[in-house]
Amino acid sequence: MFVPACSGYDSVWRFFSEAEAKTVIAFAEQIIPRDNDAGATDANIINFIDKQLTGPYTRFQEMYRKGIPAIENSSTNVFRKAFYDLEFGVQTEFMIKMEKGELPSEFWKEVKQADLFRLMLDHTMQGFYGSPRHGGNKNYVSYKMMKLDYPHVIGQNRYESKCATANLTES
Amino acid sequence: MKNKHVNAIVVGAGAGGGIVAKELAVAGLSVVLFERGGWATYDDHDDDELISQRTTVLGNAFGPDDIRHRRVVVNSDGSTRIVLPSEGSYSNNAACVGSGTVSYGAMAWRFMEKDFKMKSTYGHVEGSTLDDWPIDYFDLEPYYEKAEWEIGVSGDHNANPFMAPRKKPYPMPAFTYNREGRLLHDTSKKMGLHPFSIPMLRNSVRNNGRPACYRMRSCVGFACPVNAKCGTHNTVIPVAIKSGNCELRTNCQVAEIVLDENGRATGVKYFDENNKGQIQTADIVVVAAAAVETARLLLNSKSKLFPYGAGNNNDWVGRNLQGHAYTGAVGLMDYEVYDDVGPGACMAINDFNHDNEGIIGGGALCNEFTAMPYLFSKMRPPGAKTWGLEHKEYQRTMFKRMIRLHGPFQEIPSFNARVTVDPEVKDFWGIPVARLLGKRHPYDRTGCEFMSQKAEEILKEAGAVQTWQSIGGGPGLSGGQHQAGTARMGNDPKTSVTNKFGQVHEIDNLFIADGSLNVTNGGFNPALTIMALGFYVGENIVKNWSGTKFK
Repeated sequence: MFVPACSGYDSVWRFFSEAEAKTVIAFAEQIIPRDNDAGATDANIINFIDKQLTGPYTRFQEMYRKGIPAIENSSTNVFRKAFYDLEFGVQTEFMIKMEKGELPSEFWKEVKQADLFRLMLDHTMQGFYGSPRHGGNKNYVSYKMMKLDYPHVIGQNRYESKCATANLTES
Repeated sequence: MKNKHVNAIVVGAGAGGGIVAKELAVAGLSVVLFERGGWATYDDHDDDELISQRTTVLGNAFGPDDIRHRRVVVNSDGSTRIVLPSEGSYSNNAACVGSGTVSYGAMAWRFMEKDFKMKSTYGHVEGSTLDDWPIDYFDLEPYYEKAEWEIGVSGDHNANPFMAPRKKPYPMPAFTYNREGRLLHDTSKKMGLHPFSIPMLRNSVRNNGRPACYRMRSCVGFACPVNAKCGTHNTVIPVAIKSGNCELRTNCQVAEIVLDENGRATGVKYFDENNKGQIQTADIVVVAAAAVETARLLLNSKSKLFPYGAGNNNDWVGRNLQGHAYTGAVGLMDYEVYDDVGPGACMAINDFNHDNEGIIGGGALCNEFTAMPYLFSKMRPPGAKTWGLEHKEYQRTMFKRMIRLHGPFQEIPSFNARVTVDPEVKDFWGIPVARLLGKRHPYDRTGCEFMSQKAEEILKEAGAVQTWQSIGGGPGLSGGQHQAGTARMGNDPKTSVTNKFGQVHEIDNLFIADGSLNVTNGGFNPALTIMALGFYVGENIVKNWSGTKFK
């Protein structure tokens, strides 16, 4: 069994070091960027992932601990800068390579880059679109974005039905 | 302290077991009903999508937990991996009082006449164990009626022209459609099809002391906050307990059925809520732990006369594991068709279930249950962006424009799709875990292609501006919440596990009462059929039990 690792006293996070958190925050913001609606950083996705890694996701600790340095080493090697310091557009370029498994393989001997990409993508989506009780989706930002009433109040959940009915009649 | 001997043990308080316990207890038999989980309520996890029975990434809302339970899955290359209950390939069923009936979507389907006669209708299928049931629809009809009235179903008994003959209407009126259901109804009717409101194990009006459903979006995968969903936990199990003859023992893990030297069951070994090993003796043992765990329990019950597990001398226990191949199509409208009237699924078409040229079996097509936001983040047309601004924009604009028309294709059983017991891996209590291996029959894919094609035609006709097929039945093992078939009933002991009353061949006081009995699994959600089997098996035990032995 994997013993839950601690981030130590120098971090505000439960699992991540502050430097690791910067990488994860930048990655998550790429997955769900801020536009007119909140993005991953606003929704506190880092808090969600950090919290789950010391709970139900203890089994993924190793992936993150080994994977984050691989992201940073790849970035320094290819773009001469830390991933979290890259321009947004350059980060996107990096992400596309990582998703396809095209980053230099020398940094990915212990973790498969495409696997880590999928894992972090999935965790970001969970944190953003899942219930706020797990530490993400702060202030219900994703429900607001999707125009889903929350909390669900008995007998009062006919959101925007007037407008939608008008559309139906027209079609 | 030694447990008091009882007339009957029932293992598993789900759709089948809850009903058998009630039938036996009300008839005057003393019963101990074992459940590995506890009572579940809405308040445990409210509408938390990440811990539901539908999306289990952070755990199963109603069990089992990831700490004490595991299974082994054999990969296609022969290697093995350990899977946790929160992972999809575990093939989980809820571990709580009522089991899946607490959190299901609650569709209340009767199988059709031909579902019980698949082999005589369609002939032998190469590479399959497709067969007829030893009973037919009319043997089960009175028990379907009991299930509908004692558990509670809302529906219109005249609305589905393909439904097998029945004697009584449903106890509650049918549910009205949401906007999407109405659109699909009108469209498919125009196309010459026969749409109708899905019969549901859910109160459309106040019934049995519980309120009517108020149409929440978070229904399937969740417990009902107002108790409008009808399961065994809020109907028959309380009746069983009230009879004074049934003791419900929760948080107990049954490890083994004890068989004596004559091959009869004398009781079970189990671990109680404090993980202490105990023995409960009984005259009769009924196993209703769902297809995977029922098979595991039988296989773990070895004795002199049954060295390969109870009822397994012909190597049929755990075979023919099946579920449903979900298939259909997705359409996008150019307006918001979603009106937030839950649970989403409300309209069905049964025209593609039997009697379609060249197709073996078939299945119902229904508009889908409402997807919650995280689940929806994975619902994209082939080739669409899975992250970034484009993905976010899709999430924002398409959630209320998407219609999914899907259904459970009836799987063609395969002898090698099976449950065995792992030789090494054990659970928290030291009990050998279930090992799942094999793959589904390739015909499933053919049938799914047919149904997806039909679903896409309807969506196009309904005005969808973009459509794509989502075809099920791919390679891999089936099972899941509709798991069935691992202890099939039959007249020939060489090719089945129980006789037509669910009584295990060669062990006259050991019964099965869950979906494991299903020879084939219909093109429908199987809950009502499992309930009907519960009433059927239960009533026959009561009729044939003389007080100390079987007549």
